[in-house]
Amino acid sequence: MDLREIKELLKCKVLANDDKLDMQVDCICASELMSSVLTCSGNNKLLVTGLNNLQVIRTAEMSDIPAVIFVQNRKPSAEIVELAKEKEIVVMYTKYSLFTVCGMLYQAGLRSGQDDN
Amino acid sequence: MTTEKIRPLVLEYTIVSGDFAGGGKAASDVKRCLSQLGCQSEVIRRVAVATYEAEMNMIIHSFGGKITIYISSDNIRILCEDTGPGIPDIELAMQEGYSTASDKIREMGFGAGMGLPNMKNCSDFFCIDSGEGQGTKVEMVINL
Ligand SMILES: Nc1ncnc2c1ncn2[C@@H]1O[C@H](COP(=O)(O)OP(=O)(O)O)[C@@H](O)[C@H]1O
Ligand SMILES: [Mg+2]
Repeated sequence: MDLREIKELLKCKVLANDDKLDMQVDCICASELMSSVLTCSGNNKLLVTGLNNLQVIRTAEMSDIPAVIFVQNRKPSAEIVELAKEKEIVVMYTKYSLFTVCGMLYQAGLRSGQDDN
Repeated sequence: MTTEKIRPLVLEYTIVSGDFAGGGKAASDVKRCLSQLGCQSEVIRRVAVATYEAEMNMIIHSFGGKITIYISSDNIRILCEDTGPGIPDIELAMQEGYSTASDKIREMGFGAGMGLPNMKNCSDFFCIDSGEGQGTKVEMVINL
Protein backbone atom coordinates (compact mmCIF):
# COMPACT_ATOMS: atom_id res chain seq x y z
CA MET A 1 0.00 0.00 0.00
CA ASP A 2 1.32 3.47 -0.74
CA LEU A 3 0.87 6.69 1.22
CA ARG A 4 -1.64 8.07 -1.28
CA GLU A 5 -3.96 5.08 -0.72
CA ILE A 6 -3.57 5.47 3.05
CA LYS A 7 -4.29 9.18 2.79
CA GLU A 8 -7.52 8.45 0.95
CA LEU A 9 -8.55 5.62 3.27
CA LEU A 10 -8.12 7.77 6.38
CA LYS A 11 -9.29 11.01 4.72
CA CYS A 12 -6.02 12.67 5.72
CA LYS A 13 -4.94 16.22 5.07
CA VAL A 14 -1.29 16.45 4.00
CA LEU A 15 0.80 19.24 5.56
CA ALA A 16 4.33 18.38 4.49
CA ASN A 17 5.97 16.73 1.48
CA ASP A 18 2.87 15.86 -0.54
CA ASP A 19 5.19 15.09 -3.46
CA LYS A 20 6.29 11.90 -1.67
CA LEU A 21 2.92 10.13 -1.52
CA ASP A 22 4.04 7.41 -3.94
CA MET A 23 6.11 5.89 -1.15
CA GLN A 24 5.28 2.27 -0.27
CA VAL A 25 4.43 1.50 3.35
CA ASP A 26 5.52 -1.93 4.65
CA CYS A 27 4.65 -1.68 8.33
CA ILE A 28 3.05 0.52 10.96
CA CYS A 29 4.42 1.83 14.20
CA ALA A 30 1.52 3.11 16.37
CA SER A 31 2.67 4.59 19.66
CA GLU A 32 2.71 7.50 22.07
CA LEU A 33 6.00 6.34 23.56
CA MET A 34 8.91 7.79 21.65
CA SER A 35 11.43 5.31 23.12
CA SER A 36 9.25 2.49 21.85
CA VAL A 37 9.21 4.00 18.36
CA LEU A 38 13.01 4.25 18.50
CA THR A 39 13.31 0.44 18.84
CA CYS A 40 11.34 -0.06 15.63
CA SER A 41 13.70 -1.16 12.85
CA GLY A 42 12.95 -1.99 9.22
CA ASN A 43 12.23 0.16 6.19
CA ASN A 44 9.20 2.04 4.85
CA LYS A 45 7.58 2.50 8.23
CA LEU A 46 4.64 4.77 8.93
CA LEU A 47 4.30 6.30 12.40
CA VAL A 48 0.76 6.80 13.71
CA THR A 49 0.56 8.80 16.93
CA GLY A 50 -1.70 10.74 19.26
CA LEU A 51 1.21 12.84 20.48
CA ASN A 52 1.68 16.29 19.07
CA ASN A 53 5.10 17.85 19.60
CA LEU A 54 8.42 18.47 17.89
CA GLN A 55 9.91 15.27 19.34
CA VAL A 56 7.57 13.20 17.16
CA ILE A 57 9.44 14.45 14.09
CA ARG A 58 12.82 14.12 15.82
CA THR A 59 11.97 10.52 16.73
CA ALA A 60 10.88 9.76 13.16
CA GLU A 61 14.10 11.31 11.89
CA MET A 62 16.33 9.17 14.15
CA SER A 63 14.43 5.95 13.33
CA ASP A 64 14.42 6.58 9.56
CA ILE A 65 10.63 6.81 9.53
CA PRO A 66 9.61 8.66 6.35
CA ALA A 67 5.95 9.44 7.19
CA VAL A 68 3.83 10.40 10.22
CA ILE A 69 0.06 10.53 10.73
CA PHE A 70 -1.32 12.59 13.62
CA VAL A 71 -4.69 11.17 14.75
CA GLN A 72 -7.92 12.69 16.07
CA ASN A 73 -7.51 16.06 14.38
CA ARG A 74 -4.37 16.85 16.39
CA LYS A 75 -3.14 19.13 13.67
CA PRO A 76 0.58 19.72 14.17
CA SER A 77 1.89 23.26 14.61
CA ALA A 78 3.71 25.23 11.92
CA GLU A 79 6.98 24.57 13.75
CA ILE A 80 6.42 20.80 13.58
CA VAL A 81 5.51 21.01 9.89
CA GLU A 82 8.60 23.14 9.16
CA LEU A 83 10.94 20.60 10.77
CA ALA A 84 9.23 17.76 8.87
CA LYS A 85 9.72 19.62 5.58
CA GLU A 86 13.39 20.14 6.38
CA LYS A 87 13.83 16.44 7.22
CA GLU A 88 11.74 15.31 4.20
CA ILE A 89 9.22 13.52 6.39
CA VAL A 90 5.63 13.33 5.12
CA VAL A 91 3.15 14.75 7.66
CA MET A 92 -0.61 14.15 7.53
CA TYR A 93 -3.45 14.32 10.03
CA THR A 94 -6.82 12.61 10.22
CA LYS A 95 -10.03 13.07 12.17
CA TYR A 96 -10.12 9.39 13.15
CA SER A 97 -8.99 8.15 16.58
CA LEU A 98 -5.86 6.05 17.09
CA PHE A 99 -8.00 2.94 17.55
CA THR A 100 -9.95 3.50 14.34
CA VAL A 101 -6.85 4.37 12.32
CA CYS A 102 -5.12 1.17 13.47
CA GLY A 103 -8.24 -0.88 12.75
CA MET A 104 -8.60 0.53 9.26
CA LEU A 105 -4.92 0.02 8.42
CA TYR A 106 -5.00 -3.53 9.80
CA GLN A 107 -8.08 -4.31 7.73
CA ALA A 108 -6.28 -2.97 4.69
CA GLY A 109 -3.60 -5.61 5.28
CA LEU A 110 -0.92 -3.59 7.07
CA ARG A 111 0.85 -4.99 10.14
CA SER A 112 2.90 -3.73 13.07
CA GLY A 113 6.63 -3.29 12.71
CA GLN A 114 7.13 -4.20 16.36
CA ASP A 115 5.55 -7.62 16.94
CA ASP A 116 8.69 -9.58 16.19
CA ASN A 117 10.97 -7.47 18.38
CA MET B 1 34.35 0.10 1.96
CA THR B 2 33.49 3.78 2.00
CA THR B 3 34.05 4.01 5.77
CA GLU B 4 37.79 3.48 5.26
CA LYS B 5 37.96 6.99 3.87
CA ILE B 6 36.82 8.47 7.18
CA ARG B 7 39.43 10.70 8.81
CA PRO B 8 39.32 11.19 12.59
CA LEU B 9 36.71 13.78 13.45
CA VAL B 10 35.36 15.19 16.72
CA LEU B 11 31.90 16.71 17.17
CA GLU B 12 30.88 18.56 20.34
CA TYR B 13 27.45 19.58 21.59
CA THR B 14 26.32 21.47 24.67
CA ILE B 15 23.09 20.09 26.13
CA VAL B 16 20.89 22.44 28.17
CA SER B 17 18.73 21.08 30.99
CA GLY B 18 15.01 21.47 30.30
CA ASP B 19 15.48 22.42 26.64
CA PHE B 20 12.81 20.03 25.42
CA ALA B 21 12.25 21.83 22.11
CA GLY B 22 15.97 21.64 21.33
CA GLY B 23 16.10 17.92 22.08
CA GLY B 24 17.43 16.00 19.12
CA LYS B 25 19.51 18.79 17.62
CA ALA B 26 22.77 17.04 18.51
CA ALA B 27 21.58 13.64 17.28
CA SER B 28 20.28 15.24 14.10
CA ASP B 29 23.62 16.91 13.41
CA VAL B 30 25.55 13.68 14.03
CA LYS B 31 23.21 11.90 11.66
CA ARG B 32 23.78 14.50 8.96
CA CYS B 33 27.58 14.27 9.37
CA LEU B 34 27.64 10.47 9.19
CA SER B 35 25.40 10.51 6.11
CA GLN B 36 27.80 12.93 4.43
CA LEU B 37 30.70 10.62 5.31
CA GLY B 38 28.87 7.78 3.58
CA CYS B 39 28.37 5.54 6.63
CA GLN B 40 25.99 2.57 6.40
CA SER B 41 22.39 3.50 7.18
CA GLU B 42 22.09 0.90 9.97
CA VAL B 43 25.19 2.32 11.70
CA ILE B 44 23.81 5.83 11.34
CA ARG B 45 20.47 4.77 12.81
CA ARG B 46 22.14 3.18 15.85
CA VAL B 47 24.34 6.23 16.48
CA ALA B 48 21.38 8.59 16.01
CA VAL B 49 19.09 6.66 18.37
CA ALA B 50 21.80 6.25 21.04
CA THR B 51 22.74 9.95 20.87
CA TYR B 52 19.11 11.05 20.90
CA GLU B 53 18.23 8.96 23.98
CA ALA B 54 21.34 10.26 25.77
CA GLU B 55 20.51 13.83 24.78
CA MET B 56 16.91 13.53 26.03
CA ASN B 57 18.13 12.01 29.32
CA MET B 58 20.44 14.97 29.86
CA ILE B 59 17.65 17.43 29.03
CA ILE B 60 15.07 15.68 31.23
CA HIS B 61 17.10 14.29 34.15
CA SER B 62 20.37 16.24 34.40
CA PHE B 63 21.56 19.79 35.09
CA GLY B 64 23.02 19.87 31.58
CA GLY B 65 26.25 18.74 30.02
CA LYS B 66 28.16 17.88 26.93
CA ILE B 67 28.08 15.20 24.24
CA THR B 68 31.30 14.54 22.35
CA ILE B 69 31.41 12.24 19.33
CA TYR B 70 34.68 10.78 18.10
CA ILE B 71 34.55 9.40 14.57
CA SER B 72 37.45 7.23 13.44
CA SER B 73 37.88 4.68 10.67
CA ASP B 74 37.09 1.83 13.12
CA ASN B 75 34.26 3.12 15.23
CA ILE B 76 32.11 5.95 16.52
CA ARG B 77 32.50 6.81 20.21
CA ILE B 78 29.76 8.78 21.96
CA LEU B 79 30.78 10.36 25.25
CA CYS B 80 28.05 11.99 27.37
CA GLU B 81 28.96 13.92 30.51
CA ASP B 82 26.63 15.94 32.71
CA THR B 83 26.86 17.73 36.02
CA GLY B 84 24.28 15.83 38.07
CA PRO B 85 22.13 15.00 40.05
CA GLY B 86 23.39 11.52 39.12
CA ILE B 87 21.85 8.06 39.34
CA PRO B 88 21.84 6.47 42.84
CA ASP B 89 21.16 2.91 41.63
CA ILE B 90 22.48 2.21 38.15
CA GLU B 91 21.28 -1.40 38.05
CA LEU B 92 17.74 -0.23 38.76
CA ALA B 93 17.96 2.60 36.23
CA MET B 94 19.09 0.14 33.54
CA GLN B 95 15.92 -1.94 33.98
CA GLU B 96 13.38 -1.56 31.22
CA GLY B 97 10.36 0.33 32.53
CA TYR B 98 12.14 2.08 35.42
CA SER B 99 11.76 5.84 35.23
CA THR B 100 11.67 8.80 37.58
CA ALA B 101 10.26 11.11 34.88
CA SER B 102 7.36 13.40 35.84
CA ASP B 103 3.83 13.14 34.44
CA LYS B 104 4.53 16.22 32.34
CA ILE B 105 7.46 14.45 30.65
CA ARG B 106 5.34 11.31 30.15
CA GLU B 107 2.66 13.36 28.42
CA MET B 108 5.32 14.44 25.97
CA GLY B 109 6.06 10.83 25.03
CA PHE B 110 9.12 10.25 27.21
CA GLY B 111 9.66 8.53 30.55
CA ALA B 112 8.95 4.98 29.39
CA GLY B 113 12.13 3.84 31.11
CA MET B 114 13.51 2.45 27.86
CA GLY B 115 16.19 5.01 27.08
CA LEU B 116 19.19 3.43 28.83
CA PRO B 117 18.30 -0.11 27.59
CA ASN B 118 17.84 1.33 24.06
CA MET B 119 21.25 3.00 24.26
CA LYS B 120 22.84 -0.27 25.37
CA ASN B 121 21.11 -2.22 22.58
CA CYS B 122 22.31 0.25 19.96
CA SER B 123 25.95 0.06 20.98
CA ASP B 124 28.73 -2.53 20.75
CA PHE B 125 30.24 -1.17 23.97
CA PHE B 126 28.24 0.57 26.71
CA CYS B 127 29.52 1.93 30.01
CA ILE B 128 27.80 4.16 32.56
CA ASP B 129 29.36 5.82 35.58
CA SER B 130 27.23 7.78 38.05
CA GLY B 131 26.23 8.13 41.67
CA GLU B 132 23.95 10.23 43.84
CA GLY B 133 25.05 13.85 43.88
CA GLN B 134 27.63 13.45 41.16
CA GLY B 135 27.41 13.76 37.39
CA THR B 136 26.57 10.98 34.99
CA LYS B 137 29.00 9.75 32.38
CA VAL B 138 27.91 7.43 29.58
CA GLU B 139 30.26 6.06 26.98
CA MET B 140 29.04 4.16 23.94
CA VAL B 141 31.00 2.72 21.02
CA ILE B 142 29.49 1.62 17.73
CA ASN B 143 31.83 -0.31 15.46
CA LEU B 144 31.99 0.48 11.78
N1 LIG C 1 21.80 11.78 32.74
C1 LIG C 1 21.05 11.38 33.78
N2 LIG C 1 21.11 12.05 34.96
C2 LIG C 1 20.37 11.65 36.02
N3 LIG C 1 19.53 10.59 35.99
C3 LIG C 1 19.43 9.89 34.85
C4 LIG C 1 20.17 10.23 33.69
N4 LIG C 1 19.88 9.34 32.72
C5 LIG C 1 19.00 8.48 33.25
N5 LIG C 1 18.71 8.79 34.54
C6 LIG C 1 17.84 8.06 35.47
O1 LIG C 1 17.63 6.74 34.96
C7 LIG C 1 16.24 6.52 34.74
C8 LIG C 1 16.05 5.63 33.52
O2 LIG C 1 16.49 6.28 32.33
P1 LIG C 1 15.88 5.86 30.94
O3 LIG C 1 16.07 4.37 30.77
O4 LIG C 1 16.45 6.72 29.88
O5 LIG C 1 14.33 6.11 31.11
P2 LIG C 1 13.49 7.50 31.10
O6 LIG C 1 14.38 8.57 30.56
O7 LIG C 1 12.35 7.19 30.22
O8 LIG C 1 13.09 7.74 32.50
C9 LIG C 1 15.63 7.89 34.58
O9 LIG C 1 14.26 7.92 34.89
C10 LIG C 1 16.46 8.69 35.61
O10 LIG C 1 16.00 8.46 36.92
MG1 LIG D 1 15.48 8.34 28.86
